[in-house]
Amino acid sequence: MTYGKGLRPLAALTALTLTAAFALVFFFAPLDADQGFVQKIFYVHVPIGIVALVGFMAGGVFAIQHLRTRDPRHDLRSYVAIHIAIVLALGTLVTGSIWAKASWGSWWVWQEPMLVSFLIVFLLYACYTPLRFSIEDRERQARYASVFAIVAGAFVPLNFAAVRMAEAYIHPRTFATTGGGLPGDMLITFLVALAGVGLLFVTLWKYEMASKNATFKLRALRRALAGDELAPARRSAAPTL
Amino acid sequence: MRRAVGALLRKDLLVELRTKEAVPAMALFSISTFVVFHFGLDRSSLDGSLAAGVLWVTLLFAAVLGINRLFVAEVEQGGFDGFLLAPVDRTSLLVAKVLALLAFLVLVQLIAVPAFAFLLLGPSPWQALPELLAVLALADIGLAVIGTLVSAIAIRTRARDLIVPILLLPLLIPLVLAAAQATAPLLALDGAGPLPERWLAILAIYDGVFGLIAYAIFDFLLED
Repeated sequence: MTYGKGLRPLAALTALTLTAAFALVFFFAPLDADQGFVQKIFYVHVPIGIVALVGFMAGGVFAIQHLRTRDPRHDLRSYVAIHIAIVLALGTLVTGSIWAKASWGSWWVWQEPMLVSFLIVFLLYACYTPLRFSIEDRERQARYASVFAIVAGAFVPLNFAAVRMAEAYIHPRTFATTGGGLPGDMLITFLVALAGVGLLFVTLWKYEMASKNATFKLRALRRALAGDELAPARRSAAPTL
Repeated sequence: MRRAVGALLRKDLLVELRTKEAVPAMALFSISTFVVFHFGLDRSSLDGSLAAGVLWVTLLFAAVLGINRLFVAEVEQGGFDGFLLAPVDRTSLLVAKVLALLAFLVLVQLIAVPAFAFLLLGPSPWQALPELLAVLALADIGLAVIGTLVSAIAIRTRARDLIVPILLLPLLIPLVLAAAQATAPLLALDGAGPLPERWLAILAIYDGVFGLIAYAIFDFLLED
């Protein structure tokens, strides 16, 4: 399967959407009456947070498919999705911390359930790579990683529910009340930013899949040329096909 | 299935009875941790949410010790191979291990909770004993299910003593949170408050969801 197909138009569309999103953020979306300019970090923080969570869930869905079909390509898809989502989750924590400092005066706010839940989810998924790395057998590594991805995927919503119940709300609950949430201009900007980050995730995912596939093909060709003299591949956490 | 579970559980309890590896170590560890907390916090008696937090963090870390050892005999002495050769449902191993871990946790808590009441707790533990037992029971089920699952994932890795705690702690944060929140009013200095039912509900949901997940995916951890 070729993952490189359609990558160029997709990348162009991603760049265009993200540029449009930033243009809207700076020139179209109104300044927040309460927080002023600082509130604009919302258009980065919330989309990458949402896309990171969706990426974790997608990793869990690919993992279910992997366990059902035993096709190592599903394991690779799950690995790449989780791996990019971890990077986005780290970005969410950093931007959330900056926003907390600017609007609540402290880098870390324990009373804030979303931030705390996100930290717990991040800590859990941070174990994904060490877990893969410490299993040598390829087939077992894929199987155990899929089990982990499913457990962690189910853990995400439960964790958010539990932490949210424990803390008082101080997070702006943007979409909680119908009609009372974002004003129209902000909503449009937010949706464009969300679409841009979503497209960015898909592009990065496809790009990494294409790159990994090319590496595997290259290695297979080298092996065919050099016979058994080729040094075995370095041990890594990434799946190989 | 019931006979297989019974046989496996009997084997685990018998091994523990003869070697005395896990439970005494876990109990001793809990008591040492209470002493460490006494000096670390520089308090001679605790109550309310601080008492609940100290109790649950200690029980959690003691559980990690037992979870580390849960499948060691299976790997080192060929228990997995013997089990896979036997014509029984693989879920029976999950059920037996959950029950064994649950038994270990209850035994440890029979020592650790009275020790906590004796050493650190300010208010009387009798003021809300039935409620406290309910919270302990629900949290132990969740600890046993998730602990068995994590132990089974980590046992075949090279760095299993490191993988168990880093995987287990984030997965158990909601459980410890709910257990500590439910315990805090029971240990209040001015008489026990009412048991917050919603935290019991969260514990029960957590136990149920992870019980189902463990049931659905445990087989995949045994296939080699």
